[in-house]
Amino acid sequence: MAKYLLIESRDPFDSNDVAGFYELASGLVQEGDQVTVFLVQNGVLPARRSTKSKPLSDLAQNGVEVLADDFSLRERGIEAARLVDGVKAAALDTVIDHLADGSKVIWH
Amino acid sequence: MALKVLNIVETAYRATLEEQDDTILWISAAMKGAGADIDVLLRGNAVNYGVKGQDASGLRFGDKAQTHPPRLDEDVRRLIDKGAKVYVVADDVAERGLERTDLVEGLQSVSRAGIARLYADYDQVWHW
Amino acid sequence: MSDKKTITFALMDAPYENARSTTALRLIDIAARRGYTVNVFAYEGAVGLPFTKQAPHPNAVHGHDVDEEDHPLPHQWIESIAKTAEANGGKLDWINCGLCVDERGVHEALEFTRRGTPGDLWKWAESSDNTLVIPTK
Repeated sequence: MAKYLLIESRDPFDSNDVAGFYELASGLVQEGDQVTVFLVQNGVLPARRSTKSKPLSDLAQNGVEVLADDFSLRERGIEAARLVDGVKAAALDTVIDHLADGSKVIWH
Repeated sequence: MALKVLNIVETAYRATLEEQDDTILWISAAMKGAGADIDVLLRGNAVNYGVKGQDASGLRFGDKAQTHPPRLDEDVRRLIDKGAKVYVVADDVAERGLERTDLVEGLQSVSRAGIARLYADYDQVWHW
Repeated sequence: MSDKKTITFALMDAPYENARSTTALRLIDIAARRGYTVNVFAYEGAVGLPFTKQAPHPNAVHGHDVDEEDHPLPHQWIESIAKTAEANGGKLDWINCGLCVDERGVHEALEFTRRGTPGDLWKWAESSDNTLVIPTK
């Protein structure tokens, strides 16, 4: 079993590739890997409950840990109460923790 | 054990005319030449790099003609000839109306669903 | 076993074009505060990050003169991160891809940086605990 940190900096309002990255997260879990998706920059926009948020909740329900950079959330005025179920705010230090821990870390 | 890396190329034709190559195919070839154990996955629009017969010749700005336009299909072939595995995502190829015969020889096909399994073969995955 | 890690970053974005440059420096800063050895391979536009000829300017739209605006200059951020790394027992090492520097003419870079090649990125990757590539779009 490998540990993955998938950093998603793009958002589905702007980019078609985001769905593929979320699918990769699910695929890796199905392969038996431990997966965290870390949303950063505009990647946090779908974390505010909206028509594009369901894929993130689905990921969380399927065993992916879904985190959103607390600075990126605050920068965009996304309050904790508006976060879709399954997404938690986290510090960017999480990325360095994963790098230090030997996770496979991929930026999209 | 020696480090094994998969380089992912997804964005295509990004400054390829000014650079006269794709900067990620280039850095992959350079690292390969320096002894790196690196393979490449072409996905998204970058699957088009495998298309035979791309022709970017003829650009001219004032009196300044471009004398060495990029030849991306040749660069893909060069990587394969250097011993790198170059994968192409079959679903992305089909979505873009391409047939296998449109592409250079030597590419290894992987399905979108098979990408997660492919990552298991590498110590690190670098998405450029 | 030491808590101190060695992390390599490969960056591509030029300064002032998108959010990735700032996020990259945030990550490098976190690693520096932990006293890690941080290697940065600057590729393509990222060779502009440590360019010392960046200069601040006023902002008439905000009604700020040059001092009031205090416009960020990435090379100053990088220089400060390097000092932070050292103060915490670590180090920031920075290689600019030499051909990328030549294309862009950004030869005046922070003193502690140097020119290099993709072979340097590979050597770093082999000797680091981990590597993160932050691509441009």
